[in-house]
Amino acid sequence: MKPAPFEYVRPSSRAEAVAALATHGDDGKAIAGGQSLVAAMNFRLARPAVLVDLNGATDLDYLRPEGGKLRIGALTRHAAFHRPVVEGPLGVLLARVVRNIAHYPIRQRGTFTGSLAHADPASEWCLVSRTLGAEMVIANTGGERVCAAADFFRGTFTTAVGTEDLLAEARLPLLGPNWRSGFFEFSRRAGDFALAMSLAALEIEGGVIRAARLGVGGVADRPLRLEALEAQLVGQAPSAALFAGMGEAARDLITPTEDIHASADYRRDLIRTVVNRALTQAAS
Amino acid sequence: MADKRAVTLNVNGKDYRITVEPRRTLADALRDDCGLTGTHIGCEHGVCGACTVLVDNRPVRSCLMFAVQAEGRNVRTVEGLANGEELHPLQKAFWEKHGLQCGFCTPGFLMLATGILEAEPDISDEDLRDVLSSNLCRCTGYQNIIKAVRAAASEMRACQPSASL
Amino acid sequence: MSWIGRSLPRLEDPSLLKGQGRYVADLARGAAAVKFVRSPLAAGAILGIEKPDDGLVFTADDLVGVKAIRPLLHRPDYVPVSQPVLAKDRVVFCGQAVAVVVADDQGLAEDLAEQVFVDIEPEDAVVDFAQALGEGARAVHPEAPGNVLVEGNIRTPGVDAAFAAAAEVVALELRSGRQTAMPLEARGGVARFDPLAGRVTLYASVQMPHMLRTGIADVLGFPESDLRVVAPDVGGGFGQKMSLFPEYVVLVWLARHLQRDVAWLEDRRENFLAAAHSRDQVFKVRGAFAADGTLLAIDADLKSNVGAFSCYPVTCGVEPLMGLAELPGPYRFSEYAARSRGVTTNTCMMAPYRGVARPMLTLTMERMMDVAARRLGIDPVEIRRRNLIETFPHRSPTGLVYDEGSYGETMELAVKALDLPTFRRRQAEARAAGRYLGAGFSVFSERTGYGTPAYAARGMDIVPGYELVNLAMDPSGFVEARIGASPHGQGLKTSLAQLIADELGVPPTKVRIIAGDTDATPYGWGTFASRSMVIAGGACKIAAGKVAERLKSVAAAMMHVEPETIRLADDLAYAEASNQTLPIGEVARAAYHQSHRFPQAGPGLQEQALYDPAGTFSNACHACIVEVDVETGGVKIERFVVAEDAGILINPMIVDGQIHGGVAQGIANALFEELVYDETGNLLTASLADYLPPTIAEMPSIEIEHLVTYSEATITRAKGVGEGGTIGAPAAVINAIVDALSPFGIDLFEIPATPQRIRDLIRNAERTSHG
Repeated sequence: MKPAPFEYVRPSSRAEAVAALATHGDDGKAIAGGQSLVAAMNFRLARPAVLVDLNGATDLDYLRPEGGKLRIGALTRHAAFHRPVVEGPLGVLLARVVRNIAHYPIRQRGTFTGSLAHADPASEWCLVSRTLGAEMVIANTGGERVCAAADFFRGTFTTAVGTEDLLAEARLPLLGPNWRSGFFEFSRRAGDFALAMSLAALEIEGGVIRAARLGVGGVADRPLRLEALEAQLVGQAPSAALFAGMGEAARDLITPTEDIHASADYRRDLIRTVVNRALTQAAS
Repeated sequence: MADKRAVTLNVNGKDYRITVEPRRTLADALRDDCGLTGTHIGCEHGVCGACTVLVDNRPVRSCLMFAVQAEGRNVRTVEGLANGEELHPLQKAFWEKHGLQCGFCTPGFLMLATGILEAEPDISDEDLRDVLSSNLCRCTGYQNIIKAVRAAASEMRACQPSASL
Repeated sequence: MSWIGRSLPRLEDPSLLKGQGRYVADLARGAAAVKFVRSPLAAGAILGIEKPDDGLVFTADDLVGVKAIRPLLHRPDYVPVSQPVLAKDRVVFCGQAVAVVVADDQGLAEDLAEQVFVDIEPEDAVVDFAQALGEGARAVHPEAPGNVLVEGNIRTPGVDAAFAAAAEVVALELRSGRQTAMPLEARGGVARFDPLAGRVTLYASVQMPHMLRTGIADVLGFPESDLRVVAPDVGGGFGQKMSLFPEYVVLVWLARHLQRDVAWLEDRRENFLAAAHSRDQVFKVRGAFAADGTLLAIDADLKSNVGAFSCYPVTCGVEPLMGLAELPGPYRFSEYAARSRGVTTNTCMMAPYRGVARPMLTLTMERMMDVAARRLGIDPVEIRRRNLIETFPHRSPTGLVYDEGSYGETMELAVKALDLPTFRRRQAEARAAGRYLGAGFSVFSERTGYGTPAYAARGMDIVPGYELVNLAMDPSGFVEARIGASPHGQGLKTSLAQLIADELGVPPTKVRIIAGDTDATPYGWGTFASRSMVIAGGACKIAAGKVAERLKSVAAAMMHVEPETIRLADDLAYAEASNQTLPIGEVARAAYHQSHRFPQAGPGLQEQALYDPAGTFSNACHACIVEVDVETGGVKIERFVVAEDAGILINPMIVDGQIHGGVAQGIANALFEELVYDETGNLLTASLADYLPPTIAEMPSIEIEHLVTYSEATITRAKGVGEGGTIGAPAAVINAIVDALSPFGIDLFEIPATPQRIRDLIRNAERTSHG
């Protein structure tokens, strides 16, 4: 299980990285953490002719709140989120989610935006980005554009990032002080891919849900945000019955994918449970 | 075949000047080019953890990293744990607690545990189990691995001033 | 002071802990890399193989004069099949080696292998029992038209009468998914060609080095002495590394043909596809019970999917015939009928894996007991009490003779450890709160340490079982024991050193065990079937005892006392009556260098010993508490108790380690691991992303209680302990899950009990209750 041969380039800045990707076009592939890519290369399921290593582009290594957003540069590792990276609910949410991403050594190298660019349907960061309405900053030699999460995920391992593009940054909205989050994932073993997971964020004031974000991952070709249910949550008081009802509604809304670990029927059951539990945790 | 490149790997404080194709993983480079065969290869897709080494003191899968990427980094492997004949507290604890049987996963577990205990000497038991779930062992059922790591953690705490500020 | 019974840290460990172990891959420096081109299809005719213009590529046509692997059983119901070392004309499973390439390094070898195109005319694959045994099924091998490679039958005279008299007949059909041993080190070999001697040394990650040498020499047609096989440090085997695989034959052929050093280091994907699989059984069983819960008779139809070939040397009879012989387990009923078949399919070959047949037959009998208990309104523990073997020797309906054991006692110990009454109260409270806890038990016997008679009874062409040891104390007073067993992680060297140390009065650090090298050890059978401590240990005890006699004789002559008065301990020979001592090293030196003084002892201190026992039965009860999340089907094991009896424990820490690892693999079988083929015979679980061995997060803490029954069946009074954990765990876990889900009226007969399978049962039960 050795990779097919490739050329290796190591740009030392974002600009050089973008230029390298433009030069190599279809042959080029950006690598940051490489925790999915190198495994795929070892199986020879991925065989880029040129590997553009972002790890030398230190200007991509940043993580800071700015203008109401958390700006996550392309070299930010998962492990950076083990402890809250910002004060307030978002830092707590990210710290809660990150423990579910693969395992500790993988989290030392894998990156936040790398997960987004890879777009595994079971990726926790993809679910977070979709549910919270992240913005992705996509750079190429022509400049940069900002892509909303709703437009970013196009299917299994497919995103709005083109062959000459670099996903340079992701921006997550900082959540105000009254937001609380819940995350529940069901997987076969510790660190396994989610068979189903749900992220819920609720803004609760005076015992009433003022705003809601609700997403489900691992059940379709991309993360799903359940805006119809978010609307139903707003104005309600949190209760077990409400959340159980949301779980059932989510189950009925989604036509899940099937694989050897989970049939569609089973995933439907899981959707009900993960949504209910994520909401319950958010409200507790 | 892509052109080979000269790479200098710093492993356990020693420089190894090697010439490798870019596709050479760090695991293969350590074993085949540096002759450090203590790092084992169990799956080559990042799951089993037998190849775990420390890069800049963080445990990583050396099968998911290329040797060219490790240039200029500080790599530590199982061969660097003992101080001459004196075993590292983790090695001693694995021995005393019977934390190994066939020994194939052992270097990976030792490096994983070294990385976490150096970073978080006061890690909670729950978090420690979570970190140790990163690697697979087929022989021990993990019972004595966790005992060994806990024992070593106490000893390492006792021997060293607290790392916390 | 005895070394036996002490948890001595292992002598094997320091090098392994320092990264100085020598596994096969560590011995590959300078050898060319070998890569096999494997069939992408499960069944079909090979129309052609297109090779690249450059590079070393070999196919079956190049292997002139190389025979097929053809394991034999001498029984009328066995159909021998031949396994070509590279597929010739047709392929019979996905992953079968079709061609082999050689290049300077592994990456280049894989590049070259990609350029080999195998043109196959596909045929419909026969994957499961329904396809293999159905009306008009396609034959996987032309010589086996019904796809049955081996069949065993037994019927005692009173079976029909027992069923006619039964108050309750319990009929069950159990299925075990396909599992693989998955040693963390995959297979591999390095073949080094010595141009001067014309001889090959094969370093291989194997459990049976002598057998490998015999097998390779036979298939390639050369004298065994032209080959040396060395098993260096081996990264786990669990049965997967005891068979003769085609890859090793090809590797030695390449070394001889190319006259160069070659290395094949299997990758994980190949290990899943082509190493050896296990389990994949369907047991259909009826039990006849009296109203008081007494089991009167069992009638069983056992099917084992043995894959595309028969494994060498133990053959595809290993699972079906052991299932047939040992299904009665720890229960004392006397009427038994069974039919057991080994069914061939277009899947990877089955070979022994830790437990062999017994995890499934224990699951079968233990599910049977629980279902019967429920139907008859008897407590599950009580029904076992009424049926467990109590008197010894016990003769089973299949004629097996059980030596002394403690079947009831281990169960009572486990029941006590679990504190069942307290648990039942907690269970009721939890249910009221919508949480589902359950307790489950599994009692079993584990036949271990059996010698040639047991294998001969199976009709094996190659009858393994005995062990020889050559043991010598050298002139410096250090001991070398050369054994035919071949440990691969068990710590056998330490345990044997403790045993020998007690016989010879030297510390274990003065005992070196030499194993796994055909040049250095007597012909032996390697390590498998929970045999090495019993059989190699027995041989070591005998040999060390004989050397001790010589040592005493020399010491007695040196101190002018009678040999009977000499005691060996603390590295000294004590003449107790005259209160004299001599260092053992001094006596040893004299035995070699002053032999003219001791004509009655003869020169030197060397002995060979043979041990070939009939076998012994270890026993245990596993008990566990689980919690089932009824919404997700997820299972958490809260407690796991093992009450076991393996006789005398030579090194209790090592014994516990064997139990821990065995239980982990048994839990894996119960809940996690399953190899899945699609209907075309393509393996869907060929990576660790899809095949799921438990991590530490899934493992409960294992609580172990030991009982020691002194059996006369082994001369060390130690019984085998390598497989018990794997055998008992699945039934305990499944019984606990069923207990937890009893409010739903659900029964569970399939492993692994994945969350999806459990949830499907609950969903159906919910539907039924709502409908």
